[in-house]
Amino acid sequence: MTPAIEIKHLTKKIRSGFLMKEVMALSDLNLSIPPGTAFGFLGPNGAGKTTTIKLLTGLSFPTSGEALIFGRPVSDISVRMKIGFLPERPYFYDYLSGTEYLHFCGELFGMTRAARNKKITKLIELVGLKEKAGEQLRKYSKGMLQRIGLAQALINDPELIILDEPMSGLDPMGRKQVRDIILHLKGQGKTVFFSTHVLSDAEMICDQVGIIVQGSLQSVGDLETLLSPKTCSIEVSIKGVSESALSLFKPMASSTKIADEGYVLRIDDAGILPKLLALLQAEKVQIVSIIPHRETLEDIFMEEIRGRQS
Amino acid sequence: MMRGMNAGVSAIKAIAINTFKEAVRNKILYNLIFFAVLMMAVSLVLDQATIGQRNKIIKDFGLASINLFGVIIAIVVGISLVYKEIEKRTIHPLLAKPVRRSSFLFGKYLGILLTLVIEILLMSFFFFLLVWLYEGGFDSYLLIAILMIFVELSVIAAVAIFFSSFSTPVLSGMFTFSVYVIGHLTSFLKDFGASSGSAIIKQFTHFLYYVLPNLERFNLKTHAVYHLPIEIGQLLFSILYGLLYIMIVMLFAVLCFERRDFK
Ligand SMILES: Nc1ncnc2c1ncn2[C@@H]1O[C@H](COP(=O)(O)OP(=O)(O)OP(=O)(O)O)[C@@H](O)[C@H]1O
Ligand SMILES: [Mg+2]
Repeated sequence: MTPAIEIKHLTKKIRSGFLMKEVMALSDLNLSIPPGTAFGFLGPNGAGKTTTIKLLTGLSFPTSGEALIFGRPVSDISVRMKIGFLPERPYFYDYLSGTEYLHFCGELFGMTRAARNKKITKLIELVGLKEKAGEQLRKYSKGMLQRIGLAQALINDPELIILDEPMSGLDPMGRKQVRDIILHLKGQGKTVFFSTHVLSDAEMICDQVGIIVQGSLQSVGDLETLLSPKTCSIEVSIKGVSESALSLFKPMASSTKIADEGYVLRIDDAGILPKLLALLQAEKVQIVSIIPHRETLEDIFMEEIRGRQS
Repeated sequence: MMRGMNAGVSAIKAIAINTFKEAVRNKILYNLIFFAVLMMAVSLVLDQATIGQRNKIIKDFGLASINLFGVIIAIVVGISLVYKEIEKRTIHPLLAKPVRRSSFLFGKYLGILLTLVIEILLMSFFFFLLVWLYEGGFDSYLLIAILMIFVELSVIAAVAIFFSSFSTPVLSGMFTFSVYVIGHLTSFLKDFGASSGSAIIKQFTHFLYYVLPNLERFNLKTHAVYHLPIEIGQLLFSILYGLLYIMIVMLFAVLCFERRDFK
């Protein structure tokens, strides 16, 4: 099947400033995303996420390499019939109302008035802006702008939705709504490509993630394969234990931290947990909590960045 | 293919109307009030002058004011309405849709022209009202002069768009204003260059003459006020010249805009 997005050796150098200093914003990016995937594009600030997205949406041009969307080069304007795009920190014409703006966007696709009316009613419902749709966008909060931005990205029923940090600026409710919308789109078989540096958002909705640091892709793959090779760790919090007793357990733990009125023992191998618990009981140590820690994207993320810096 | 073409026309229309809405809702047309007040003040002051003199001065002054206000609007609107899209990044979601960059610029240009048309219509209405009050009639010569003012403003708006397709608003404003000023002096400069004796000056003034628009072509204000004969052939030629100039400038604007990266 033709990939929804295929990126080949995409490189972008940006010249800026008085001296036209050259920054390598993106170097030799290769990526192939099959249709129907929810792809999380992860990276710290300045990693090159927005740069990549601008190249995909035709807002800037690559220094070398190419990007294809559904098999066609992004410079081919007809490709954009199938794309929906939400820019980062979006800003729209503040003198238009939400509804007016969506009509404007529909007209850019050549949609008839009837088609626009029908679609806009649905979208406003979907993003939860029913009460505010008639108000001028200058009166919208950041989160509301984000929502109207999401609505305009969906006006043409796109096959591929590209979202640059769609959750930024949203409250927990808003984040959940955006997550639900992305899951809903995924359910319809759409491809969603979104960037974020909030890892938990990606963890909840992505089939695949790519991690980019300083302009180059560090790893890419299914969440399971990225996460699974690492064993879980378990944190056991204990209370009322003497220094001498502690020395009994210490060798079993990979790390020991002093917490209020006690200690937190971290073990990396779940297999030794029963032995540890038996020992703790024998010593009459009070067990406050046992918390298993799955390795999170956060951990992988930090590793990648550390690996990159050293 | 038909569909694609319709979508293109629909996009240009949408962008043009949106641009006009921005001008209206951001109250750019409020400057018309100054025009009205200024005209009224002048006509009151002139109440003392002899009647024939007075009517000519009012016409003279009115046309000059329409011209000046129009030029200011053309430059301000031409630059700010393009620049703001880029600076505030409202252009980003737009260009990610099936909208050619040339369609964007063309839509913007049409929206700016629409704003100028409305502005000129309103000023002219007030102007003709005043002339009618003093003279008790409708002077169609004035209409021709105003039409040519509109052609001039269309050229200036295109120049403003050209500069803002690659430059900052302050620089674009300065460049466009310079084009306006020098554009009225090109013939004079060419003659000056030819008689200066220096080859470099001659070439430079020739260069200006051919590159910059010859805006004096569109100046029929004196003709209109004093009812001097206007050759219809000349008039049509001037309009054609304006259209051609606009097309070439817009072509260069598109060329600059096509390869541009958006921040
Ligand atoms: N217009 C520009 N001028 C100069 N440098 C730029 C420009 N745009 C991006 N860069 C540089 O390119 C690199 C990548 O930036 P990019 O905006 O793609 O990062 P990002 O991953 O989107 O970050 P964030 O999470 O902060 O949005 C950065 O080093 C940045 O400084
Ligand atoms: Mg970014």
